[in-house]
Amino acid sequence: MNWMKYRILYFAISATVIGAGIFGLVRWGLTFGVDFTGGASLEYKFEKSISTEAVQGKIEDKGVEVTSIQDISGGAYLIKLRSISQEERQGIKGVLEEASGGAVEELRFENVGPSIGPELIKKTFYALAIAAGGILIWVSLQFKSLKFGVSAVLATLHDSLVLIGGFALLGHFFGAEIDFLFVTAALTILSFSVHDTIVVYDRIRESQRRLGGNIFELSNKAITETMVRSLNNSFTIIFMLVALVLLGGTTIKWFAIALLIGTISGTYSSPFVAVPLLVTWEEIQKRLKRS
Amino acid sequence: MRFSSPLTKIILIFILAAFAGIISLPKNISFFGKNLVRPDLNLKLGSFSLERNFDLILGLDLAGGSHLVFEADTTNVPEQRRENSVSGVRDVIERRVNLFGIGEPSVQTASFEGKQRIIVELPGIKDPKDAIELIGKTAQLSFAEVVGEGEEQSLAPTDLTGADLSKADVTFDQTTGKPVVAIEFTDEGGKKFTALTEKNVGKPLPIILDDQLVSAPIVQEVITGGSAVISGEFTLEEAKNLAIQLNAGALPVPISLVEERTVGATLGAESVSKSVRAGLVGLLMVLAFMVLAYGGLGLVADVGLIIFGVLTLALYKLLPVTLTLPGIAGFLLSVGMAVDSNILIFERFKEERGKRPLADALEISFGRAWDSIRDANISTLLTAFVLANPFDWQFLHTSGPVRGFALTLALGIAISLFTGIVVSRNLLRVFVKEKKP
Repeated sequence: MNWMKYRILYFAISATVIGAGIFGLVRWGLTFGVDFTGGASLEYKFEKSISTEAVQGKIEDKGVEVTSIQDISGGAYLIKLRSISQEERQGIKGVLEEASGGAVEELRFENVGPSIGPELIKKTFYALAIAAGGILIWVSLQFKSLKFGVSAVLATLHDSLVLIGGFALLGHFFGAEIDFLFVTAALTILSFSVHDTIVVYDRIRESQRRLGGNIFELSNKAITETMVRSLNNSFTIIFMLVALVLLGGTTIKWFAIALLIGTISGTYSSPFVAVPLLVTWEEIQKRLKRS
Repeated sequence: MRFSSPLTKIILIFILAAFAGIISLPKNISFFGKNLVRPDLNLKLGSFSLERNFDLILGLDLAGGSHLVFEADTTNVPEQRRENSVSGVRDVIERRVNLFGIGEPSVQTASFEGKQRIIVELPGIKDPKDAIELIGKTAQLSFAEVVGEGEEQSLAPTDLTGADLSKADVTFDQTTGKPVVAIEFTDEGGKKFTALTEKNVGKPLPIILDDQLVSAPIVQEVITGGSAVISGEFTLEEAKNLAIQLNAGALPVPISLVEERTVGATLGAESVSKSVRAGLVGLLMVLAFMVLAYGGLGLVADVGLIIFGVLTLALYKLLPVTLTLPGIAGFLLSVGMAVDSNILIFERFKEERGKRPLADALEISFGRAWDSIRDANISTLLTAFVLANPFDWQFLHTSGPVRGFALTLALGIAISLFTGIVVSRNLLRVFVKEKKP
């Protein structure tokens, strides 16, 4: 099948998805969690039912502004506040027990000082740079061409942009937050994306050795040969992740969704971003040589 | 029968899987009303003995517990002594936590861009408030003298401090029944104390803890025994904490809490049961999908996947891997990825089948697919390496849950290479040979 003929279409699809994400990023920005901004995140389970308004009112009476409050399920609320002291924490629990007239169980408590966030961003940047650099070197060496390495890394960058843009939209509409687990997901996706890309590249390399021919035809052949494998493998990963999103509980939901977006984008980007980039690069190079 | 024949290998693999299966079972299983207990390893061969209990080790987010990060204020310490003082802080905190009686605590130092941190992990703690108070207090004890007369009176610190103590204990005051802290001095401290009381008979001898006056008993007579009592207005908890702090020693520099993550045991248990359910549902879907997509070959892959599952779980218990919630996600993800090598090989097999005899096509598919499998998985291992940060590079993340994720993912990939290639290959060799005329 002549996949490469429709390169413009693939680039257009990617541009649309990433464009929507960038629109979201510019318009609303990312919703950062307490890991980055500093602050407190409390999960309380109430024995006696109480309304979110009452909870918010009682906490604000204590002089702590409530950033957000969310009904999780089973009489539990997720409350976000600024960073609080141990005394304020005890005070809040006490006043809520009094107001609801029953025991309040602290399911989870996270309190992050303001100095942690900037460090996290730096460390994330280093981690991304090392991982992407390592992938670039590994793929370039393995396929003895910088073109292969750069195209593969650009495809992973594509997936990262889809993920970040996607979370700008999810953050605005559904309250998805950028936290430590998101960073983990973003890094994992780098490897997913390049995993698929290498499988296609490998086919190109193998056919090149046996048959020769130009990259355009070799790419078409390689994509045809690996398409079913690529889809089937993604399905199995998607099954696991969908199960985790639907059944895995609130703590891990957005992490699984981030991985899911990355898996889908990674599956798409190997044949439809990495390979077309490679082919386009090759063609431009040839044209420059001729002229 | 040759030792290297596929059938022998398959038998060996199944024996291995059976052992792994036993290890990976939960401790107690109800089976048709009968309660079975999985045996633990308890080997004794002469002087050599090996005991292991095969229970999964759960991280703070699953078992419940507190993750605390303290920052040390080293502004008043000269540059070259900073590292020393922070490791001193760690040792003191470790002693305090151990004296407090928390099971298997972990106290580590970390520094990033000149900031000195101490990370304290306290598994299973329900209310970390007391622990935070206990750890965070500098607990610098000192005795002072009152100098001057009338309006001019002021406190002058002496050289008798918490460092001169050999022991501190909680006791109760004979007359009031209130908790007090009994202290014993070292030999040198005792001499200092004797001299101090001699000098101050009939005067108060204020005891100061972290710049706050705790009590100021009046010295009745010279005290030579080398022991004394601190009687503030303590609750029992406060007296206990003070005794622990005095026994463990004062912190060389003040510290403050910058991060706390506490998970209650109920939420942890709920997370475990939800993840297990999600994992089982996902696994069933993958198993069914493989059979639908590849028929008999899919069944072989399914056997390989189940062997992958039990081997991985057994390895978690043997190594052991501390399982966190992201770690479980990493495991589930690796289940999804584990069939990838099979899919690659099967797709290849479909192509090659038309061109040559079945057994040859099989071997060629395995050979050709191996290159892509190896290259692709090395890139995933690379990312897992960055996330796991095994060398504790301070410029990368050192968070427990993320490490758990990276570790389970990396282990999953390594084991899936084994099950995908060795297990499926030999199963198929046996399977294909049987079908030959």
